[in-house]
Amino acid sequence: MIEIRWHSRAGQGAVTGAKSLGDIVATTGKEVQAFALYGSAKRGAALRAYNRIDDKPIITHEKFMNPDYVLVIDPALAMTDDITMNDKETTKYIITTHLEKDELISQIPALQDKADRVYVVDCIEISLDTIGRSIPNAPMLGAFVKVSGMFELDYFLENMKRVLAKFPQKIIDGNMQAITRAYNEVK
Amino acid sequence: MAEKFDLNEREVWDGNYAASQALRQARVDVVAAYPITPSTPIVENYGAYVANGYIDGEFVMVESEHAAMSGCVGASAAGGRVATATSSQGFALMAEVLYQASGMRLPIVLTVVNRALASPLNVRGDHGDMYLGRDSGWIQIDAFNAQEAYDLTLCAFKIGENHDVRLPVMVHQDGFITSHTAQNVYPLSDEKAYEFIGDIVPVDDMLDFSRPVTYGAQTEEDWHFEHKAKQHKALMDSRPIIDEVFEEFEKLTGRKYNRVEGYDMDDAEVVIVALGTTVETARVAAQELREEGVKAGVVGIRVFRPFPFDQVRDMLENAKSIAVLDRSSPGGAMGAFFNEVSAALYTTPNRPLITNYIYGLGGRDFSVSEAKRIFLEQKTNVDAGHITTDIQQFSGLRGPHLGYFQTKRS
Repeated sequence: MIEIRWHSRAGQGAVTGAKSLGDIVATTGKEVQAFALYGSAKRGAALRAYNRIDDKPIITHEKFMNPDYVLVIDPALAMTDDITMNDKETTKYIITTHLEKDELISQIPALQDKADRVYVVDCIEISLDTIGRSIPNAPMLGAFVKVSGMFELDYFLENMKRVLAKFPQKIIDGNMQAITRAYNEVK
Repeated sequence: MAEKFDLNEREVWDGNYAASQALRQARVDVVAAYPITPSTPIVENYGAYVANGYIDGEFVMVESEHAAMSGCVGASAAGGRVATATSSQGFALMAEVLYQASGMRLPIVLTVVNRALASPLNVRGDHGDMYLGRDSGWIQIDAFNAQEAYDLTLCAFKIGENHDVRLPVMVHQDGFITSHTAQNVYPLSDEKAYEFIGDIVPVDDMLDFSRPVTYGAQTEEDWHFEHKAKQHKALMDSRPIIDEVFEEFEKLTGRKYNRVEGYDMDDAEVVIVALGTTVETARVAAQELREEGVKAGVVGIRVFRPFPFDQVRDMLENAKSIAVLDRSSPGGAMGAFFNEVSAALYTTPNRPLITNYIYGLGGRDFSVSEAKRIFLEQKTNVDAGHITTDIQQFSGLRGPHLGYFQTKRS
């Protein structure tokens, strides 16, 4: 089973991102789960969203997980939230930031022995440039596709169009660009 | 005529979406609803289907849950297929009318997304509202995941509207853990789903002016008791019909439901008995412990009312130590579910050891590791030959241990 934990603020689209990822992974024949820990959260409040992916039906309903991937879509949460909580020796981190990777890691003690598993991408800037709003979830999906190697980019884009079908073409195009740019820029 | 809704063979839905799609496919005549977290999206989605032309039936917006269920009572007595959704405080406000609906034998379907009852205010999942309904005279069916929330909502119409049943049916799912967790769901086509449920054939409908009838009559000591006895008998007699509907559903989908579900129970010595998503989480723990040689099994109650007393007994009588998990504040007693399972087991020759865990109130996480710990406490009981812990314990509570009562031993 692959487990993913998203760190986000309410309004940044982590829940939608997790559900979109689940939707697309399911088309490959896998079983998925996507959920979030929120409730009365107001916009801007820190929240966590989760994905599970497996070849067989997923019957665990615990919120606890040891994530394989940690996706941080708010730059400040990398500093203030406990992003390494319950991690493993193989956990990979994808963090949205305008900083260079070395600069970021130097500011987060918990990441200092994990540098080879940390990836950075500026999802905020990418979403502002492509979608016109600070919606860092779509670029994070592009970065995840690259880092995980779970899909070919084209396959992911085609399926994402289906997930976004109810939106105007301009929004769909913006999301496609955001995903592609983050795929190419994550490092 | 309603627009066609495009569905894929495999969808990724949360429990709320699954329930709202089942209501759409059932071609409900009247939904009267007042949204409340975490069941709000059922009503929201349904409202969107209405607005977008996918539904021919009426959607009645009301001013409270009391009015929602009252609207359902009127529409059902008139002869329509009727459904609504609620949770927690809304359920509590509906409580008065729930008894009216069942006493009038109206086959309303209520999708309940379980949530804790205030105070303190809490929007998350526990079974307090489900327990509040347990003497209301409704059939109560429990889904453990989103697929089941969909399947069992379809079954609920077919069970409740059966002329040998004529009772309202609740379909429960866990707040957030099921209602807001997206997972793979394999829906039926609209045609297949509707064909399975069939048209409603009303009994004594008030809109049949050629044959006037009265609903909600008054009876005092002359007849009230006989009416309530008939209602209880109807609940008891619904058991074989629930089984028939589940069999028919299996023929259609390959998905088999039972009033009591057993997992790894053939040779189980230590068992967790639970409701809702906990059943599935405990199965993971049981499977992991079996690899370590612990004969662990899980029993889930699919139909909470009518309570499957005999099936619970058959399923559990050869176990050695049983943990019954109540996700509702017990309010000065043993957990109600524990009491019911204990009563069933008291009538067996073996009388296995049985203990009560109160857990997960207000959405507190129930983890695989906690389920394993509970199994291993049962193993300790088996090895010692008696209950080694308090008979009632709180599981997953912060602060000092809380537990009550010990076994009397000579």
